[in-house]
Amino acid sequence: MTQAATPAIADQTKAASKTRSREKLFPLSVSVAVLWLSLMFLVAVFGPSLMPYAFTAIDLKARLAIPFTSLHWLGTDELGRDVFSRLVISIRISLLVSFLATIISATFGTLLGFLAAHYRGWPEQIVLTLADFQASIPFLIFALAVLAFFGNTLTLFILLMGIYGWERYARIARGLAISANSQGYAAAVRQLGATPVRIYLRHILPNTASTLIVSMTLVFPEIILLESGLSFLGLGVQPPMTSLGNMVGYGREYLTRAPWILLAPASTIVLTTLSVSIIGDWLRDRLDPTLQ
Amino acid sequence: MIRFILSRLARAALTIFFVMTFSFIVLRLSGDPALIIMSPDAPPEAIIAFRQAWGLDDPIWLQYFHYFGAVLQGELGRSMRDGRSALVIVSERIPATLLLMVPALIVKIGIGIPAGVYAALHRNSRIDRLVMSFAVFGFTVPSFVLALVLVLVFSVWLGLLPTSGADSWRHAILPVLTLGIGGAAVLARFTRSAMLEILGQPYIRTASAKGLTWSAVVRVHALPNAAIPTITVLGFMVGSLLAGAVVVESVFAWPGVGRLLVVSVSNRDLSVVQVILLLVASTMVCANFAVDLAYGLFDPRIRQAPRGASR
Repeated sequence: MTQAATPAIADQTKAASKTRSREKLFPLSVSVAVLWLSLMFLVAVFGPSLMPYAFTAIDLKARLAIPFTSLHWLGTDELGRDVFSRLVISIRISLLVSFLATIISATFGTLLGFLAAHYRGWPEQIVLTLADFQASIPFLIFALAVLAFFGNTLTLFILLMGIYGWERYARIARGLAISANSQGYAAAVRQLGATPVRIYLRHILPNTASTLIVSMTLVFPEIILLESGLSFLGLGVQPPMTSLGNMVGYGREYLTRAPWILLAPASTIVLTTLSVSIIGDWLRDRLDPTLQ
Repeated sequence: MIRFILSRLARAALTIFFVMTFSFIVLRLSGDPALIIMSPDAPPEAIIAFRQAWGLDDPIWLQYFHYFGAVLQGELGRSMRDGRSALVIVSERIPATLLLMVPALIVKIGIGIPAGVYAALHRNSRIDRLVMSFAVFGFTVPSFVLALVLVLVFSVWLGLLPTSGADSWRHAILPVLTLGIGGAAVLARFTRSAMLEILGQPYIRTASAKGLTWSAVVRVHALPNAAIPTITVLGFMVGSLLAGAVVVESVFAWPGVGRLLVVSVSNRDLSVVQVILLLVASTMVCANFAVDLAYGLFDPRIRQAPRGASR
């Protein structure tokens, strides 16, 4: 539907139609986005072996060193800590939090959606009411309230982020499962004597996976933004651990003297969310059966 | 129609009830407030007195009961820091927040809706692509990054506007811009896709085929129908007027509700957090209720078939 990222390919002659179809199949922006995400993934996995310094190593003689020098590729911060090394760890933590949270939210939401579709009646009403409730409160406020009440640890923080967006999966999964149940294949396996768990996991889930995966690509960047927003406020990932939002938050103090401290993590956030959104849009156009 | 309104009212009340129960449960689960608030070496008598003053010794169901009664009477507790009424502390901050959010809402609507409609009417044109890039940008750039970039450009490099604070109207420009640009992008994207969906409907083709001018087709048939999904997003924006500026207020040191929330969360001033949570939820519920009513006005199908039609 939205061809936001597709480059201009409108006015081309017939001779170019071959390239056109190939570009439609796999536009340049999507390739770049995939490349960027692969890079981020590699950094997150092999990060520690790439780091020239420990990310907490303080070097007071080299405070606020400028970037693009052989000693410090991206400069140093107010305590002389290497910005590149901190960036590597931040990418690792931010991606870990967002990735785990997305998985938790998708699993939890899909499960509730399937339960609602299977039992109907009052379990369905409970799930739908909870979904309405979740959707009616701005999640940032909800998250801040929980953090105020319970304090903050990394595990709690990941679980909290894992609540984000569950209601969307639940609604989608419920709708898809209800319509799948009325289709021939579900009835057929049921007649063959399959247990409900088997029907849902082996038959309905694979048939609805494309829509759910598209939802995940939509929720994932929002979780990155949420995590970095909370960390930016100092209420997310706690020091001495660091995340992309943390780095921007602390770098803010040195906006005029040392903008590189925050520019590197800020552009990483933007490029990563942008990449996931581009891939998500592209996947949605290709995979989502509800749009065809 | 009355039945439709009543069912929506019931759902709104239920949501508020959930929020109150939620805030009560987490408030009590989060540990002994007496130990959190008092210093670790406070004398035991002081802790006991504190518990009695806050009713923490009663059985939990009684506390829940008292809590509901108190909330209904507007007794929302006192700030555990300075003993002032939490409701008063929060209310003092509301004007400052609205001073940012209302102009920002005008910017969002003023830019977002026309841009989305124009982009949909001129699909695949250069302007459409520009609007869509702007929309993607709004989805992917976090507000604090946008805020800091604006500060860097307008305050640090150009020296035109103050970096933070709330002393004059000039201090409000950058926060309003930050909020407005981000929201306009979201609204433009929603409006565009709503419009595109409507423009693809058979009744639009029918309207053109029977000889209406294109502008009449758009005005009479497309815009009112496209308004329905857009209203949902708009309702969410109106509903988050009170708390939508948490990050932006913090960046610009703007003394509003959002800033208060962040400070209270850091200090674990639970009464204040709870008041903000309840206020935000109530605003949101009211906005959603208004959205539902607006749906009924715009779409006769919804008010005629109240059962499950909204799902």
